[in-house]
Amino acid sequence: MRKAVRKLGLVWILAALCAVIFTGCHGSKGMEPFEIPEEFDTSREYEITFWAKNDTNKAQTNIYKQAIEDFQTLYPNIKVNLRLYTDYGRIYNDVITNISTNTTPNVCITYPDHIATYLTGTGCVVPLDQLFADSRYGLGGSEVRFESPGKEEIIPQFLEECKLDGTYYAMPFMRSTEACYVNKTYVEKLGYTLPEVLTWDFVWEVSKAAAAKNADGTYVLNGQNVLIPFIYKSTDNMMIQMLRQRDAGYSTASGEIQIFNETTEELLFDIAEATKEGAFSTFKISGYPANFLNAGQCVFAIDSTAGASWMGTHAPLSDISEDKLVEFETAVMTIPQFDPDNPKMISQGPSVCVFNKEDPQEVMASWLFAQYLLTDKVQIAYAGTEGYVPVTGKAQGSAAYQDYLARSGEDNKTYYDVKIKASKLLLDNVDHTFVTPVFNGSTSLRDAAGQMIEKVTNSIRRKEVVDEAYIWDLYRNMASLYRLNRGSGQVSLSGGGQEEQGSMPATAVVLLASLAAAWILILLYVIVSGIRKHKKNIPDKH
Amino acid sequence: MKKIVTMLSALVLTLALAGCGSEKAMTYDEYVAAELETKVVVDTYVQAKQSWWQDEATIYTQDKDGAYFVYKMACSEKDYEKLVPGTKIRVTGIKKEWEGEVEIMEGTFKILKGDTYVAEPADATAWLGTDDLIKHQNEFVSFKGMTVEASEDADGNEAAFLYGYDGSGQDGDDLYFNASLDGQTYTFTVESYLCDKTTPVYAAVKNLKVGDKIDMEGFLYWYQNVNPHITSVTVVE
Repeated sequence: MRKAVRKLGLVWILAALCAVIFTGCHGSKGMEPFEIPEEFDTSREYEITFWAKNDTNKAQTNIYKQAIEDFQTLYPNIKVNLRLYTDYGRIYNDVITNISTNTTPNVCITYPDHIATYLTGTGCVVPLDQLFADSRYGLGGSEVRFESPGKEEIIPQFLEECKLDGTYYAMPFMRSTEACYVNKTYVEKLGYTLPEVLTWDFVWEVSKAAAAKNADGTYVLNGQNVLIPFIYKSTDNMMIQMLRQRDAGYSTASGEIQIFNETTEELLFDIAEATKEGAFSTFKISGYPANFLNAGQCVFAIDSTAGASWMGTHAPLSDISEDKLVEFETAVMTIPQFDPDNPKMISQGPSVCVFNKEDPQEVMASWLFAQYLLTDKVQIAYAGTEGYVPVTGKAQGSAAYQDYLARSGEDNKTYYDVKIKASKLLLDNVDHTFVTPVFNGSTSLRDAAGQMIEKVTNSIRRKEVVDEAYIWDLYRNMASLYRLNRGSGQVSLSGGGQEEQGSMPATAVVLLASLAAAWILILLYVIVSGIRKHKKNIPDKH
Repeated sequence: MKKIVTMLSALVLTLALAGCGSEKAMTYDEYVAAELETKVVVDTYVQAKQSWWQDEATIYTQDKDGAYFVYKMACSEKDYEKLVPGTKIRVTGIKKEWEGEVEIMEGTFKILKGDTYVAEPADATAWLGTDDLIKHQNEFVSFKGMTVEASEDADGNEAAFLYGYDGSGQDGDDLYFNASLDGQTYTFTVESYLCDKTTPVYAAVKNLKVGDKIDMEGFLYWYQNVNPHITSVTVVE
């Protein structure tokens, strides 16, 4: 049974943003920029901490532990303490909390978006350019005690994602994208044939057709009481990818907010219409896409390729009871496209950064461990736990990895076909991936992107009217909530601010109107009384 | 004129003040009957608090007729401190279902003066495996005389409990353990936000052994199926 991780999410991000405003990197303001020491002192003992994220997946935990053990064998003077998280948001929050006290981890799994926030102070995160290039301790360096990949062996697109303002502050650790896991059996039962590339038109059409019900309220397609034809896990990604596919604005590289535009409005109307017809829902509203897919309660489920082990009738990590599982054929496809000849999909996945410390030797120990995470053994093992792909060409091209890919479907665990198909999907589409600009505040923009879809979907489910006025009100509220100032075109992280706060609740309006009416009546009474009194004092002309 | 104006003023003021907090609370039966995705208003009593973060609180509440799980209710940190067990509150929110758990989301609340109520655990042992169980969703309940069964992690190793559902976690994470009754095995959770690693129940579960006979108390939470959030465990044999 999978833990419901929804208790975090947005709140952590907002909290973290607030925290960074107040704490910034105050504690590390005095920290000297890291300089590579002439020699790594192996006569000393080091103890470093590594904050890692696993996808609630025991195999990943084991790989981290094995990597640490192997690394410590190579470097007996470096002890690595592992701290595990299952949520990026919480790592982010904890890092920010610890920046102010200089108690950050040494090495941390992270997202470039998050690093942009860590860098609001100076010197917190170690710039890696010089370390990459160091001939002795750098990537592929002569003094490194393991087969470290050269910089040129890291997939260039993945490495570029770790560059902020022209400087590398992280290295990619794993990469994934999103996939559409399709109940092909249902699609064909509805009389459709899956195209080579899914389009949004196709997905909406089939989903609406799937929503047909019998007279008794059950669904025609599955005979059950529950069917969500199309469910999306990350609505942030949904909006981001739709906008990119439509070449519509999201943000500029420098952080100018462009998301509140007419294309966004059109997309939200499409989503509203599909929701109205019972064709669409989201993870936050209904639950895990995999659970609905595996129970035969879904046709199209979009989730990360790193969630592939949960998807399909024979998924090794299936989270529903055996009696609920439904037999069907799972197709693993790229996310729907507006232009199938020019597919676009997001590149995501964990990166790894190194935090600065007062002792440069400690930083060197951290750097060596971070580098170790890019070795073939770690890369291939971790990539095999989910639909991830290794981030180095070296690991991707290795005989071991190619053998792994070739054995797709041999069993429903290590070689689970849905998982390996998901990895292949990304390997085949690396050139079609993109990332969103990273700037201080890009995390808020991402949250707003998803929240707009959640809001519209929720409103339709509550039978509210979603029209142009609704959308503009939504834009205003999102800009306010996430401090996205459209007027200046920049993200503002300042608290308080002058943003409009939206309309008052009806009860407050009634109360204020009533009080105003009472005051008017009281004033009226005073005036009338005054006039009467005045009249009494006027002499009678008769 | 004077009298009329005075009466009108009084009426308006009365209406204004009454309108301030006038939404009528539902009975538990009305809440159960309410459709999902509709607005609900309930008067209920805090039983336990799971978490507060950034002005949102998740709490377990119950009245004499039934229980309400309130997820991410708007709540300041100062107000959260006031939500001690027994406190009567009026919650206004949206009734929703997530993975089988019916709950109130997007809620707001106000503390009501008056009585307090802390539920005694209802014995749910006999309800296990029956349709009656879900009727008591979210209530504070007890299970008696159950036997700890081995849990198997993703590597096939057996243990009396796991950190995380598949053993992928570590100390401080949620604890999962199995216990059986009459040949049927059920999964129980020590939710780490409700009962963290410093609590007696967390320590008690870490000391469990396969075969122990135990009594438990906790909240009848749902995830896909029944997934009680356990707040106390006592080894009885």
